[in-house]
Amino acid sequence: MAAQANTAGTKKGFLQWARSRRGQQLIIIIAFMIIPLALLFTFTYLPFGEMVGFSFYKMKYVGKRTFVGWKNYASVFSRKDCFGALKLSLYYMGGSVVQLVLALYLATVLSFKVKGGNIFKGFMFFPYLINGIAIGFIFKFFYTRGFVFDTVLQWCGFQLDNLPYWLKDQSINNISLVGTSVWRYFGQNMVLFIGAIMSVDSELYEAAMLDGANRLEQFRYIILPSIKTIVTLNVILSITGSLSAFEPPYVITSGANGTGTYFVVMNEIAHTQQKVGLASAMAVVLLLIIFAATILQKLFFKYVFKNAEDEDFGAAKKREKQLARYAARKAGR
Amino acid sequence: MTTLQKIGHYLAIIVKYFSLVFFSFVAVLPVVSCVITAFKTEEEYQNTNVMTLPQSWLNPDNFLQAFDRANMGRAFLNSTIILISVLVVSVLVGTSLAYVLNRFKFPGNGLIRNLFLFATLLPGIAMQIAVYGIMDSLNFINSLPGYIIMMCGTDVIAIYIYIQFFENISVSLDESAIIDGASYFTIYHKILLPLLKPAIVTACILKGVGTYNEYYCANLYLQNKKLLPTVATSLYTFVGPLGSKYNLICAGVIISLLPALIVFILFQKQIYSGMTAGSVKG
Repeated sequence: MAAQANTAGTKKGFLQWARSRRGQQLIIIIAFMIIPLALLFTFTYLPFGEMVGFSFYKMKYVGKRTFVGWKNYASVFSRKDCFGALKLSLYYMGGSVVQLVLALYLATVLSFKVKGGNIFKGFMFFPYLINGIAIGFIFKFFYTRGFVFDTVLQWCGFQLDNLPYWLKDQSINNISLVGTSVWRYFGQNMVLFIGAIMSVDSELYEAAMLDGANRLEQFRYIILPSIKTIVTLNVILSITGSLSAFEPPYVITSGANGTGTYFVVMNEIAHTQQKVGLASAMAVVLLLIIFAATILQKLFFKYVFKNAEDEDFGAAKKREKQLARYAARKAGR
Repeated sequence: MTTLQKIGHYLAIIVKYFSLVFFSFVAVLPVVSCVITAFKTEEEYQNTNVMTLPQSWLNPDNFLQAFDRANMGRAFLNSTIILISVLVVSVLVGTSLAYVLNRFKFPGNGLIRNLFLFATLLPGIAMQIAVYGIMDSLNFINSLPGYIIMMCGTDVIAIYIYIQFFENISVSLDESAIIDGASYFTIYHKILLPLLKPAIVTACILKGVGTYNEYYCANLYLQNKKLLPTVATSLYTFVGPLGSKYNLICAGVIISLLPALIVFILFQKQIYSGMTAGSVKG
């Protein structure tokens, strides 16, 4: 009897508690977070942990696993095709500098009154919306001997005999690939910069006009300071992005003729050769490099922005937030 | 204005329009050349230069053949199913998570935000090495629902857009609803969700473009190309023996990017603001 009363009491107590504000809060917090956290765990942290584990084994996806200790890591640094592939990142870094400068220039031009500005903007942005495989085909076609690119160069007076094979010639093919990446993203960067420029109070421009400032001065004293943060962010991200360059060689040349970047090689080792352990070690090494680069850059910019931030208390936090969102967007690609 | 200033003024205008026209040309040239080739007959393609215009702009043969060979009917069906499911699930999951993280203070709130943040640092391609094993053990390979669940799991940017939007909705709205006796679920679903509509549109466009264009994971996890092609992976048909029939390939490419083009023309403003949302405003 007493026990029964007791369970009835707790039951009633539970219901009451569930209806109370505290109880409701707890229930909704748990109910609303369980799915996203389960997804985050299953598809991000669990594989992350497993990958670190894999890197110490000699293994395929199926079959026996042998523990090999640090041997995979030794291979990453000693094999010519692994670590050496990181050299190609320099091409992609160069490309992102070109891309940023171009985007900045076009954004500045388009943020003033321009006839047909929206049409130009649309043309330049659209490549960003094309899927990767289609881009692969478009550029295989574009760069084929005697096809689109060669034809256009011939219109400009070049002789076909003097032109290289854009995707085969090892002295130029990485530049051709970087070009496709610039082609794809400069419009998107431009749209970002236009957004930042537009967020400047238009009264500032009017005041500057009244003071007789010319376009160059307007750029130097109004536009540049207002987009400093977003440009800095893009510079930071272009470095980590270049280290993990993957798409252009993967879809256009499949990494042939010396265009295999680090991730293309890793992908090949993991999914074609099925050396999962070695590929995992490669992934972990690159992750560590990216972390180190991120931390170094953060310290660097903290130092550079130190004076400015004395005035603006929230700036560092703001930039950190933006960096996170940016990284998220990059990851979303 | 002196003559010198006048010359400078006009020169600036010329440089401005020249660079806009030039870079627009660069941006559209690769796509336009594909359109030109897609309208050529086999014979024309073999015998004319790629930049020579086709005899007829109304020749649908390549498009029909590409559509057929690449099984694009099926691909569009699959892509639509994937797109709608992923968008519905990620809007529900994303908004509810953002609601809890923004409106309630509880131990672990900051930790969870950081867990999501840190996840963005891990490059997706590298992660797939281990995700593949997990997908395999869950029997999610060659399974449309499995692929959809995985695609929902990688959504961080949307959560940021939502949290940012919640920050601008006054908490007094919640409080007055509580006084009227509304439960937290009612507040989320009846009051806040409708207010969140602009943010949802933005997030859906970004997520939608990403999902529609995803080819790496689709190729890895939907290996049965007969039954489970998506629009992006259906183009893999043209790798191999058909690899030099560019009149067909170009037609396939153009078909695959038409939906993106239509969405872009209709939602230009939202796409631009989606790009800038979250990156410009602190």
